[in-house]
Amino acid sequence: MELVIDQISKAYGQQWVLDNVSFKMGDGEIVALVGPNGSGKSTLIKTLATILDPTFGKITLDGADIRGIDPIELAKRVGYVPQSFSYTLYSTVFETVLMGRRRYITWSVSDEELSRVQLALDSLEMGDLAGKFMDELSGGERQKVFIARALAQDPQVFLFDEPTSALDIRYQIEVMETMRRITREQKSSMIVAVHDLNLAYRYADAVVVLNRGKMIGYGKPQDILTPDCIRSVYGVDSFAIENEFGKFIVPFRARP
Amino acid sequence: MPDITQTDAAPPSTVHSLYKAGSGRRITFIVFLLLLLIAAVIFSAGIGTVAISPEDSILSVAHACAVSVQNFLHTYLPAVGARYDSIPFTIPSPSNPQAELIVIGFRLPRIILAILTGISLAVAGAVMQGLLRNPLVDPFMLGLSSAAAFGAAVAIVIGPGIFGGLILIGSNSFIIILAFFFGWLSMLLVYGISRARGVNQATLILSGVVIGYIFSAGLIFLQYITNNDQLRDLVVWLMGGMWGASWSAVLLLIPLTLIPFFLLERMSWDLNTIAVGDDVAKNLGINVNRLRLSGLMISTFAASCCLAFTGIIGFIGLMGPHICRMIIGNDHRYLIPCSGLMGAVILLISDTAARTVMSPVEIPVGVIMYVIGGLFFLFLIMRARGRGLY
Repeated sequence: MELVIDQISKAYGQQWVLDNVSFKMGDGEIVALVGPNGSGKSTLIKTLATILDPTFGKITLDGADIRGIDPIELAKRVGYVPQSFSYTLYSTVFETVLMGRRRYITWSVSDEELSRVQLALDSLEMGDLAGKFMDELSGGERQKVFIARALAQDPQVFLFDEPTSALDIRYQIEVMETMRRITREQKSSMIVAVHDLNLAYRYADAVVVLNRGKMIGYGKPQDILTPDCIRSVYGVDSFAIENEFGKFIVPFRARP
Repeated sequence: MPDITQTDAAPPSTVHSLYKAGSGRRITFIVFLLLLLIAAVIFSAGIGTVAISPEDSILSVAHACAVSVQNFLHTYLPAVGARYDSIPFTIPSPSNPQAELIVIGFRLPRIILAILTGISLAVAGAVMQGLLRNPLVDPFMLGLSSAAAFGAAVAIVIGPGIFGGLILIGSNSFIIILAFFFGWLSMLLVYGISRARGVNQATLILSGVVIGYIFSAGLIFLQYITNNDQLRDLVVWLMGGMWGASWSAVLLLIPLTLIPFFLLERMSWDLNTIAVGDDVAKNLGINVNRLRLSGLMISTFAASCCLAFTGIIGFIGLMGPHICRMIIGNDHRYLIPCSGLMGAVILLISDTAARTVMSPVEIPVGVIMYVIGGLFFLFLIMRARGRGLY
């Protein structure tokens, strides 16, 4: 699998939210998108998920333009988890996760599909919540259900838009560990927008730094996410510490 | 960090058992509703100014069917007709000699009209709620009923001018066509608003209600300027009821109800998918805008068809699907047929009550529906708030 983002630009009217973004990724890779609010992370992810069309540029998956791929075929290869999600009254957890299997279901639901749902829930330790109603869950649990839905989809590329924003620190680490394991095991890859720079540090193979739609950094997290870069992008002073668990970034004050 | 790879430790296939139990419960409930509907039909056929026993009701229908088949065969297929006559078993006429005339001629068309209207409105409600991901929408809330009523009123007021009051059939179809037209118009307006960027669900309902008011205003104005005869027609139409029942209307409505039903039922999985959000549904390969437009147009078509014969029937599109959601959940494969049956049962029972409680005076069925509907709506809001959704 090779995903190539080739000079993608996107404008809403006169305003450019993505300006000439290019990078590529292969099997088993995790790419973190970082940048302040409004930097274009969500727009980039939605463009990759073919929810939005780019104004210029193209995205290819194994050499084929994703907008030329049959949407039903693409749905088996690309799984998307939005930043904000919706659910309806009286929907249960497993029914929500089952929607990830939509493209493999014509009318009745086979045992195979149900097993996939079970597996997705179990990998996030949510098996015992399967029969709960969505509105009985906490915000973090609900977010995990949507991640489980994408896992059930079993795609080649995961596109996660701030998947851990509602999760407590334990769940954040759990979800990222799970995704790390799954991408390695199944040779799938993942593009994830994150606010927590340390998650990017620990789990990403590469990081893309966006600021006002422009890509101002692309490379290994250790090389890119330096205190200088963070100061110029976020306007925040920070320092890096390194110990036996790895390297960490500690932001400590906003610059005037 | 727990070992998340150890999935064997989980209890054996909870998802499988949940799914199987859910399907079983849903099918049982649908069968129960079907039996309830049959019981309601038999009860409704027997009750009225002339009471007819259940046996006589059933015999009337069976006997009339047997005789019709016999007549048909003798006229068109005499060879088969002779063989048909040689069947040693005959269905006896009902013991009450008037039964067949009353049941077949008067009550059955009305019963079938109530069933078809209940199905159309409740199915339309279920689908609209699913498409717009809003549990509070139905044909009435989205302004469709008022718009269709306005269309029909325009036809009633200007119809005689065009057709000279001579061609009754012509003016009836004119009423139906205008009801469709304005029904669709209102739905396109609401749909346009729902597609506009940044519009939330509250705005959607509000715009539906506002569109409803605009058409109601037009309606009141028409009532104000017309003469007495036309006004009476209008009032009857606005209160809603099964007065328009006739075999010709019913035979026309059967395909106009069943075809949309099957088309909408085929959308079940896409409706289920849209529940998890537009963006996710798009990612799952669903053309959300096309689905929403076609679903709304088909359900509007089915609902306007029936509204054109019955006048405004409110709340059934909200009530039917909601009771079903509470009992069997959101899977549209089951929810759509279940809502249809629930709508049919509720409307048939309401109509039967409407024509019998103050017999020989008939109460408009809308009166009964609004009381039941209003109380249910309050219950719904209280319950929904309790669940922390609104």
